[in-house]
Amino acid sequence: MSMLKAPLLLTLAWRNLWRHRGRTAAILFALALGVWSMVSLAALSRGSMEQQLVKAILNLTGHIQIHAPDYRDDPVVEHRLSPPGAALTAALSRPEVTAWAPRVRVPAVVASERESAGVTLVGIDPARERGLSFIPDAVTEGRYLESTDEAGILLGRKLAERLETGVGRRVVVMSQDVNNSVADRGFRVVGIFDTEPQAAEEGYVFVTLASAQRMLKLGDNISEIALMTTDRDRLDGLLAALRAAAPDLDVQPWTVVEPLLVLTEKIVNVILIVWYVIVFTAMSFGLVNTLLMAVFERTREFGLFQALGMPPRHILGQVLAESCILLAVALALGNLGGWLTVLALKDGLDLSAFAQGFEMMGVSPIIYPALRAGDVTAANVLVTVLGLAASLYPAWRAARHVPVEAITRV
Amino acid sequence: MEHTVLCRNVSKVYRQDTVAVQALTDVSLEIPRLDFVCLSGPSGSGKSTLLNLIGGLDRPTGGEIYVDGNRVDQMEKGALAELRLRRIGFVFQAYNLIPVLTARENVEFVMQLQGVAAGERTRKAREILKEVGLEDLENRRPGELSGGQQQRVAVARAIVSAPSLVLADEPTANLDSKTAENLMQLLRHMNREHGVTFIFSTHDKLVMEFSQRLITLRDGRIVDDVRRD
Ligand SMILES: Nc1ncnc2c1ncn2[C@@H]1O[C@H](COP(=O)(O)OP(=O)(O)O)[C@@H](O)[C@H]1O
Ligand SMILES: [Mg+2]
Repeated sequence: MSMLKAPLLLTLAWRNLWRHRGRTAAILFALALGVWSMVSLAALSRGSMEQQLVKAILNLTGHIQIHAPDYRDDPVVEHRLSPPGAALTAALSRPEVTAWAPRVRVPAVVASERESAGVTLVGIDPARERGLSFIPDAVTEGRYLESTDEAGILLGRKLAERLETGVGRRVVVMSQDVNNSVADRGFRVVGIFDTEPQAAEEGYVFVTLASAQRMLKLGDNISEIALMTTDRDRLDGLLAALRAAAPDLDVQPWTVVEPLLVLTEKIVNVILIVWYVIVFTAMSFGLVNTLLMAVFERTREFGLFQALGMPPRHILGQVLAESCILLAVALALGNLGGWLTVLALKDGLDLSAFAQGFEMMGVSPIIYPALRAGDVTAANVLVTVLGLAASLYPAWRAARHVPVEAITRV
Repeated sequence: MEHTVLCRNVSKVYRQDTVAVQALTDVSLEIPRLDFVCLSGPSGSGKSTLLNLIGGLDRPTGGEIYVDGNRVDQMEKGALAELRLRRIGFVFQAYNLIPVLTARENVEFVMQLQGVAAGERTRKAREILKEVGLEDLENRRPGELSGGQQQRVAVARAIVSAPSLVLADEPTANLDSKTAENLMQLLRHMNREHGVTFIFSTHDKLVMEFSQRLITLRDGRIVDDVRRD
């Protein structure tokens, strides 16, 4: 019965919207603007967050890290592990692992002829770091480490400036070896790297794994194994396999190693929800107001419908149909606008002119928007469901019994 | 005798704030099938009130009203809507038509609510529009029709779904006398050709001339009821 009336109700709704073009256009614009702002803001904040996350993961975090049990509390040379045995190597060869590498990672002091600074000494296998951390692509002066045991060192640009040193010069690195005595060794600066955040540029120095092991008398021991996978959000299976292969080691995902990153994602979610609610509230006021106006000026018409025997649910349906059309058109326009905005900004939205502090916080001043199906769906479902819910009140007003004098009065 | 409308001791009191207006007092009335009845009387005599009560648009304060044997005054809302949809056609003094629908769509509207199939709906609507002389204007909206044409569309709509009763409250009040006469001839034609009972109200002598039966109201009471044929 109701299905049969849908074309009639939609026809009435559609034509009534055309009756007040200006008003319809105004509310459509407002609704579309709201949807556009929801979609665009979501894309920008997701994009910014995603960049931050990717950067942080490349910043020596990886998707999973493996350490000796006490290393994360106290990252010193005593808390070391042997190179992976057969079982662990097999687990690390699973197809979802795209890269993995052993590292030595201990506190150290680096000194030039003039200055010294506290740093983290990182011993790496230069080839294995590709696709795993930022360092292979970050060297902007000189060169990256080449052989596995050369005596070269990579310094961040900020650190090199502080030490008043540069490519081709020598620095001395001091740290504690496995016997608790001070180990020191000279290295030649072979490359300077640039990266964000600044703390990484000042805080890390890179040497080859073999020279770090030799200097610290580690033998073939290492501090950590870092690995990258195909999907950072689906690590459970791999974690279980790694833990089974190395039951006495500390195997942790990036969410545990860098809890702040998870918090960032939660904050973005909260900001988006708050924004959605604010925008939606403003939109629904406009929508309800427009529909109420339309309903009040058509009181006589609704009375006529009732006199002709149209059941109240169809009158309700007619107002809801108007609301549906408005919402559908506005959603289409708003989503299209949002998508075009994202497309227009695919080369990045440069905010560096407005906020100099970005780089210090490790947030890139250039935001690459990222449309997420979940955010777009949430915005659309919210607007549709709550929009229709808000329209129930005007629709109910229309379907109420119209006093007979409203119909017959001339 | 078959009655389309039966009223027994109907009264209606309007309450506005503290003032009570006795619009109808003890009205009893039998209207047989196919009658063509005029309710006359000065303004404020209760004509509209009586028509609205018979049509179930309002409820009486006392008494009983039957249409086709169905008790209207106590009928539940949904059933009343259904009764109006199936058995009663309305023609008001003005604003009879849905502004966003064309003449033909207005005529089809009630059939659409009744669930008549699209093809048959259109065929019937065209037929009846031809009968009221508007076949060339079927695609015009009410705003593009004259007052007389609008009333004809309203009559076409009231009659097209074969109701047993049409209630017309001062259908000619906004028309000039020539147009009014044409409309009355149309109503009479419909009454005869389509077998529909008509009750219309007027305070225009010329319009009363068309009736078969003339009921006169004064201060909410029937003061005269004469058969004229
Ligand atoms: N909704 C209403 N509220 C109060 N009084 C009303 C209302 N409708 C009609 N009346 C009063 O009832 C009486 C009859 O009115 P009505 O039926 O409209 O007369 P008519 O149609 O013959 O002019 C009048 O006194 C009128 O003022
Ligand atoms: Mg009246």
